[in-house]
Amino acid sequence: MKLDRTKPEGTFVTEPDDDLIICRCEEITKGEIRRAIYDGMYTMTELKRFTRAGMGLCQGGTCSLTVRRVLAKELGLPLREIEEDTSRSPARPMEVRKYEHGGDEA
Amino acid sequence: MSIPRYDLIVVGAGPAGLCGAIEAAKAGMRTVVFDENARPGGQLFKQIHKFFGSKEHMAKVRGFHIGEQLLEQAKEAGVEVELNATVLGLYPEHEVTVMKEDGIHHYRGANVLIAAGARENSLPFRGWTKPGVMGAGAAQTMIHLYGVTPGKRALVVGSGNVGLVVSYQLLQAGMEVAAIVDAAPRIGGYGVHASKVTRTGVPILVSHTVLEAKGEEGVEQAVIAEVDEHFQPIPGTEQTLDVDTICLAVGLSPMNQLMKMAGCQMDAGIPVLDENLMTSIPGIYSAGDAMGIEEASSAMIEGRMAGLAAANRIGFLDDASFAAAMAQQREALERLRKGMFAPENRGRTDLTETDEHIPLSQTLLKKGFVTERELEAFPGYTHKVGVHPVIECTQNIPCNPCQDACRFGCIAVGEEITQLPAVQEESKCVGCGMCVASCSGQAIFLVNEDAGEDKATVTLPYEFLPYPEAGARGAALDRSGKPVCEAEVISCKVCPAFDHTALLTISVPKAYAASARFFREGAEA
Repeated sequence: MKLDRTKPEGTFVTEPDDDLIICRCEEITKGEIRRAIYDGMYTMTELKRFTRAGMGLCQGGTCSLTVRRVLAKELGLPLREIEEDTSRSPARPMEVRKYEHGGDEA
Repeated sequence: MSIPRYDLIVVGAGPAGLCGAIEAAKAGMRTVVFDENARPGGQLFKQIHKFFGSKEHMAKVRGFHIGEQLLEQAKEAGVEVELNATVLGLYPEHEVTVMKEDGIHHYRGANVLIAAGARENSLPFRGWTKPGVMGAGAAQTMIHLYGVTPGKRALVVGSGNVGLVVSYQLLQAGMEVAAIVDAAPRIGGYGVHASKVTRTGVPILVSHTVLEAKGEEGVEQAVIAEVDEHFQPIPGTEQTLDVDTICLAVGLSPMNQLMKMAGCQMDAGIPVLDENLMTSIPGIYSAGDAMGIEEASSAMIEGRMAGLAAANRIGFLDDASFAAAMAQQREALERLRKGMFAPENRGRTDLTETDEHIPLSQTLLKKGFVTERELEAFPGYTHKVGVHPVIECTQNIPCNPCQDACRFGCIAVGEEITQLPAVQEESKCVGCGMCVASCSGQAIFLVNEDAGEDKATVTLPYEFLPYPEAGARGAALDRSGKPVCEAEVISCKVCPAFDHTALLTISVPKAYAASARFFREGAEA
């Protein structure tokens, strides 16, 4: 974890396309993500936990790159410097009942 | 509970995964491939075009045929392929969890190959969540795996090879393509892919983007606009297109999640690999799009390299055999990674001429076709008496099937497979058309500039159904897709050697011998 956390410059100013949905699973708009950045969420992990963007059914499969782009723009950093969100098992959405009876236990 | 063990566990039954598994199994390794899909082959079964490359890369074979061959080879080698088996996690000591219909299963592999492929990037714009907006790959899946078209008329966003190839496939499936837009100031994919779409009448608009998808229940219209050098829409340039489908072909991202959760060292989403394609964790390998976006031909070679390396690592392949086999694969990969679209040239905009010092067609980069004037400089573009090949291949791409197509040696590419094909002045042409059918880029035509009675004939590669019949009338379209003159079909030849590329010969007024490059039945000039 970097200690010198890059912050956005200035204060939050609304943009015309702030009502654009970025994370369609959780219905999170660009404005909500941008506002969260100015509220102190400077990493993908923080943004995800704060807004739930990327925590729906597709687990960021669709929006993760777009959220990173929004974050990069607000922080004034190149995209490659914005870390990707953390990957955890299960790598794909799954039904919880499948965890109930592991196939190997039978 | 005992955990089943394998010498190699492969994640993903696409070109990279299957090739890795084949090499490993051939070396005697107990190998399993897991794939979350109901059908194996990854993207190969959505690729109905002929592949580029040379013989060793299976050039001029259609992607889905390559997929069939790989599955056959995998079966022969004794690879177990498990479908509807989703790998959920990768843990210490190479433990893999797999979700199947009946629950979660655990496996352990002496080696693990991550060949999980890529996912499509999305592009948010007003209305992008409406039904009808989809990834270009999703449209391909609908057409090729499920046999349905996503709509009637599409806008394609992105002019890379994916956008161009998918546009052509939409046309083949019977859809219309209103336009291909790309925010970049130049077309991203191969010129030959762009040209075969453009000549059918599909405009490619560079420095254009999609602003909005309009419609009640789903997409009914798309609003596009020109963008400035900072990719900002220029007010007043908006156009509204009546489309019911918007296909996004705006790049791919590697499926790297398993490597990240296992703790493999990553660099901006790409795994850090050694020369044997092994990640920072010994025994975990990656190949294909999962390790960096390229295409199927290089994915196959990378898969083989990883399979060989895994075999050598645990003693199934001795050092000398490994070194020899690996050198062969490396050379094949090197030959493929040459030319103006090579990874090292990606994103370059300063290339102005070919390796042969011929000016690159700027029209091709901006509009998707080469002008007659620009073509005159190229070694495949010749004028002769009688029937002769006219090769409109103007970029250095790794591809040479045309060279072997002519048994009279009329076409030469040369040592480097990226060199431009040249028509040999002295050799004769019998008009067999093998070169036309063998060109993966559909860039070879047979022209007879003087067929008598003030007419010329043009034979062009044609991959649309139904095939026009002899005597059919319509319009000849020029390279930009504009109807230029009346045309009559002389013949439409289909034979097994052409592999579903029909050779359509049309008769046009003599003055249009150099410009007529496509045929539309029933259309008026």
